[in-house]
Amino acid sequence: MRYLEAGKRHSVRFTLNGRSVEGEAEPRLLLSDFLRHHLGAFGTHVGCEHGSCGACTIRVDGKAVRACLLYAVQMDGRVVETVEGLANPDGLDALQAALQKHHGLQCGFCTPGILMSLSQLHDEEPKADEARIRDVLSGHICRCTGYHGIVQAALEVFGKS
Amino acid sequence: MKPPAFEYLAPATLEEAVAALGGEDAKILAGGQSLVPMLNFRLLAPSLLVDITRIPGLDYIEDWDGGLRIGALTRHHTLETSPLVRERFPVLHAAMAHVAHLAIRNRGTIGGSLCHGDPAAELPGLALLLDAQLRTTQRTIPATDFFEGTLATALAEDEILTEILLPALPPGTGWGFEEFARRSGDFALTAVAATIGAEVRIVAIGANEKPIRLAKAEGLFSDQSSIDAVAAAAQDEVSPDSDLHASADYRRHLVGVLARRALKSAWEGAS
Repeated sequence: MRYLEAGKRHSVRFTLNGRSVEGEAEPRLLLSDFLRHHLGAFGTHVGCEHGSCGACTIRVDGKAVRACLLYAVQMDGRVVETVEGLANPDGLDALQAALQKHHGLQCGFCTPGILMSLSQLHDEEPKADEARIRDVLSGHICRCTGYHGIVQAALEVFGKS
Repeated sequence: MKPPAFEYLAPATLEEAVAALGGEDAKILAGGQSLVPMLNFRLLAPSLLVDITRIPGLDYIEDWDGGLRIGALTRHHTLETSPLVRERFPVLHAAMAHVAHLAIRNRGTIGGSLCHGDPAAELPGLALLLDAQLRTTQRTIPATDFFEGTLATALAEDEILTEILLPALPPGTGWGFEEFARRSGDFALTAVAATIGAEVRIVAIGANEKPIRLAKAEGLFSDQSSIDAVAAAAQDEVSPDSDLHASADYRRHLVGVLARRALKSAWEGAS
């Protein structure tokens, strides 16, 4: 049984994009704030902070989740992936490159979250169709693109264009 | 955003969790997809969060005499993608697609949704439709007695929902699930779920302070020709509220339209 006192900082350890990270967090510290302000991982953006906009979506143990609806202390021992972990030494990953090619972003605020949701979809349903892609994108608010370029980019990566 | 300060406890067993709930102003943290937003908005300020997600053995979907027993910590995404759920309770499978968005479904749990008791949420309505038995650390509560009002259930302060039992549907049961929301993944303005088998069951979601069986409407059902009359009765049987999202009249109208569609699809699927 793990008990953490309110208002005090407690040690948290998890895997972030393949490397072990450690920090200290009060129980109430949101994972989104821990990633940005304690670990300097600013790729995860913070929008509504109540789970509606999708900007802070990351992956925990492979599943896309809202970082603003988790506490950092819950992450002990978990495997966390953020947008910083997508690109490889040779450059952007396939989804990122396709977004660039199809003008799937403008301001880029929503993009990291969208990438993390689409990466789970690609892992679980590599042949997902446009309706399924649009369903997943419905969890993300993008006010620049009208979604068209994002859908086109995903369709290319999912082999549907 | 800073939620109010709270103590955090991650018990390893149900016994430890129950003991922690007694006496303190505590809240259970499961998926956290309703609780954490409420804390972020400071609508709640519990002194202790009891994170039950480290308790093993509460995440499963298994056969239960032709029906299913589902662990309370089973995530929405697991329900949504479960072949057993799709095969035995296609109405539940269909409803899961309407529960918020992928990232929320990955985290949210069936037990959490039932205990939160939001009147516009799909799972409480489905529990009622499917005559679920809700097993807790103290007793077994039929879904009909579980929901008491908006965000209110029959659970005691130190009682934890552990398992949801869904009795098998009679072979040949037809079903329909119809929901209307302004945007994909939003809470339902209203939804109607129906099954037609050995008996007719109709549940309205988001149309009262809790999900309700529409017994009067159910009693009027005979066959396909009665659907319009049943839908009209369904509309009269609910008492929705007006809010920012829709007027009471509009919600009432929707119940009629959605009931007609759900019954039509249930009738066509029944054999």
